[in-house]
Amino acid sequence: MKKKLIALLVCLTMAMIPVLASCGGGSSSGGGGDEFKVALICLHDENSTYDLNFINGFKEAMKNLGIDEDHYMIKTGVPEGQECYDAAAELADAGCKLIFSDSFGHQDYMLQAAQEFPDVQFVSCTGDKALVANQENYHNAFAAIYDGRYIAGVAAGMKLNELKDAGKLKGDTPKMGYVGAFTYAEVISGYTSFYLGAKSVCPDVTMDVTFTGSWYDETAEKEGANKLIQGGADLISQHADSFGAPTACETAGVPNVSYNGSTKDAGPNTYIISSKINWAPYFEYATKAVQDGKTFDTNWTGTIESGSVELTELNTDVAAEGTAEKLEEVKADLVAGKTHVFDTSTFTVDGKELTSYKADVEADEKYEHETEVVSDGYFHESEFRSAPYFDVAIDGITRLDEKF
Amino acid sequence: MDKKVKEPLIHITKRKMIPKKQEWAIRLGGILAALIFCAIITSVATHLNPFAVYAKMFEGSFGTERKLWALLKELGTLLLISVALAPAFKMKFWNLGGGGQVMAGVLAATAVMITMTDKLPNGAIILLSCLAALAAGALWAFIPAFCRAKWNTNETLFTLMMNYVATQIVAYYIIIWEHPKGSGKIGVINQTTHIGWLPQLGGNPYMLIVLVSIVVTIFMYIYLKYSKHGYELAVVGESENTARYVGINVGKVIIRTLILCGLICGLTGWLLVAGTDHTMTTTLEGGKGFLGVMVAWLAHFNPIGMILSGFLLCFMAKGGSEISMAFGLNRSYGDILTGIILFFVIGSEFFINYQIHFRKSHRKEAADV
Repeated sequence: MKKKLIALLVCLTMAMIPVLASCGGGSSSGGGGDEFKVALICLHDENSTYDLNFINGFKEAMKNLGIDEDHYMIKTGVPEGQECYDAAAELADAGCKLIFSDSFGHQDYMLQAAQEFPDVQFVSCTGDKALVANQENYHNAFAAIYDGRYIAGVAAGMKLNELKDAGKLKGDTPKMGYVGAFTYAEVISGYTSFYLGAKSVCPDVTMDVTFTGSWYDETAEKEGANKLIQGGADLISQHADSFGAPTACETAGVPNVSYNGSTKDAGPNTYIISSKINWAPYFEYATKAVQDGKTFDTNWTGTIESGSVELTELNTDVAAEGTAEKLEEVKADLVAGKTHVFDTSTFTVDGKELTSYKADVEADEKYEHETEVVSDGYFHESEFRSAPYFDVAIDGITRLDEKF
Repeated sequence: MDKKVKEPLIHITKRKMIPKKQEWAIRLGGILAALIFCAIITSVATHLNPFAVYAKMFEGSFGTERKLWALLKELGTLLLISVALAPAFKMKFWNLGGGGQVMAGVLAATAVMITMTDKLPNGAIILLSCLAALAAGALWAFIPAFCRAKWNTNETLFTLMMNYVATQIVAYYIIIWEHPKGSGKIGVINQTTHIGWLPQLGGNPYMLIVLVSIVVTIFMYIYLKYSKHGYELAVVGESENTARYVGINVGKVIIRTLILCGLICGLTGWLLVAGTDHTMTTTLEGGKGFLGVMVAWLAHFNPIGMILSGFLLCFMAKGGSEISMAFGLNRSYGDILTGIILFFVIGSEFFINYQIHFRKSHRKEAADV
C-alpha cells in the first residue's frame, strides 16, 4: 500500500515538472519587450473605498485607450515603505513605461525609483514633492476637489435654511459638524471650502471640526460624528473613508453630506450628496502622453471641466427643494471663474480680511511658508502645485481638538 | 459462543523515533499533497490553470534578480526575528512580543536619526542609533521577563500587550515628527543628505541585512547547541523544578535569554530604519513578530531549519502578491494558498509523531487463526 502511494506521488511529481517548466518559459518570454505597459501601485485593495476609486478610474482610462489587461498591471497591498520602491522598480523591470501610485506616503519611494529609471515616468498621485524634486520623470497629480466640496456645501447650506424655516434647528443659529482625519492641508482645504459653500447661501452658519487621527477608522469616525451631534450640529460632513459618520447620522436622523462616493445605502434618510475625485481623466491624459512620446505636466490639477471633480447623485428625499438647480448654477459660475471658492471677501481670519498669505508650497526640508498665494481677491489653491496647501484657520470654524 | 469485541475502524498510537529519512519523506509528501489540493482549489475556484499559477508564484520570487533580492530581504528580516524568538520558546517562555521589540528598536533608531542630524557627525549617529535600538529592544523584552522571573506574571499576555504599547508610542511620535504637518507620515528620513543611513554593501541595499541575518542565525545555532547558556535554557524549558534542583538560577536564565532576544529584535529594527526603509510607520514590522513564531515552531527551534520554514513563508507571500497582480485575483487568494500549505505542513508533523492503524479485515483475521 505504502509503496503504491509513493509510486503515485513520484508519478505526479514527474508529471508536474515539464508542465511547470513550460509554463515558466512561456510566461517569462511574454514579459519585457517593447510593448507599451502601464501600472498602478495601490496601498490596499478593492475593499478600501479609497483604493477602489483609483482602481476604477485606472480601469476606465485603460478601457478608453484600448489598453487590454495584458498591458496594464495593478499591484495592490503595497505599504508606504521600502516595498513601494521594490514594487515600482520591479514594474519598471517588467517593461512598464508609466507607473502611478495612489497613496501620499508612497511618494518618497516613487521618487527613489524615478532617480534610478530615468526612462520611465513615475506619478505619485496626491503627492507634493514633484515641484521641488527637480526630477523630470517624476510627477504629481491631484484635483481641485475644493470646488466639489464647495458645491456640496451649498447643498448643505440650503438644507440648513430649510431646517431653519421649519424651526427645526437645535440651537438659535445653524451649526454644522465635520469629522476630519488629520490637521493636514488637504483636510483643512476640504472642510473650509465645504463651510464656505454652506455660508454662501446660509450666512450665519458655524461649524465644529473634530479629527480622528486616521484616514480610515470606522469607530473613531462614528464617535466623532456622535460627539458633534451631541454638541448641537444640525448637519454632518466628513473627510474620512469609512461609513462611520454616515451610519451615525442615519441612526441620529441628522442630515449628512458625504465624500468619496455616495453613501445613500448606509443613510437613505439622511444622505444628501457627495463630492469625489474621478481619476480616470488624469490616467487617460498621462497615459496618452507617454504613449505618444510627449511630456506631461509635473503638477496636474483636475477640475470640474476635465471631469475630475464630480458630485454623486443628489438624494431628493432629503435635500432642500430647488437644490439641484442651484447646484448647477454654482457649478457653472465656478467653471466660468465668476465664483472663487476662497474669495477673501467671503471670510475673515481673526476678524480681518486675508490680504496676504504665504503657504508652504515647496515641500522641501526647510518647512518654510515661502510662496505668496493671495492675489486678485482670492486664495489661489492648487495653482502653484497640485496638492492642496490651504491651511488657514478662518472665523466661524471651531476645531474641537488639534491632537492630530 | 463468539464474543464480539467492537474494534474501532482506526486507532492512533504514538510513534517512537522514526528515521530522519522517513520524517522528511512525510514532510515532502505533505507539501506535495498541499500542492495538489491547492491546484484543485485553484481550478475550481478561479478556472485558471493551476500550473500557470504556480509558475507565476515562482516568478514572483525568482523572476528577476531584483525580485530575488526583495525575497532575500524579507527572508533576512523574518529570520532575524524568528532566530531571536527561538531561545525563548525553547525555554517555554511564550514570547509573542517580537514585533513590539522590533518596533522599540525602530523608534529608538528613528529618534536618533531625526533629533541628532544637525548635532553629531554621521558616524556617531550610526553608532548611537545602533546602541539606542539595541537598548530599546532589550528593554522591551526585559520588562516582561523581569516580571515573570520576579512575580511569575503571564508572559504570553504581557509580551502581547507590549506590542500594542510599542505601536502606540510609535504612532504618537509619528505625529510629533510628521512632515508635512497633519499628514501623519514621516516620509524618508534625510532623503537628500543620507545622514544616519548605513552604507550599501556591494552596491546592494539589502546585502547587509541578509549577511547579518546569516551571521546571527549561525551564532544562535551554536549558542543553543553548544553553549552552557543554551543547555541551561533547554533545561528550564523541560522542567523548571529540575533546573532549580541542579542549581540553575531560573530567574536569571529567563531574564538573560529575553535580553538576548530583545537585542536581536532591536538590531532588526535598526537595520530596517537605518539600512533599508529609512522611515518609521506603525506597520514597518509588518506582522513579522507573529510570523516569526510560526517560523520558529515549524523548524522546532532549530535556527538552520528556520531558513527553510522562513523561506517557505516568504516565497508564498511574494508568490501570492505576484499571482494577484498577474491574474487580477484578490491578494487574499495568496493567503488562502499559504493557509492550505501550512495546514498540510503542520499536519505532516502529526503523522511524524503518530501512527494510524486501520482495522484489519475479518477475513484476514480468520486466516490468521
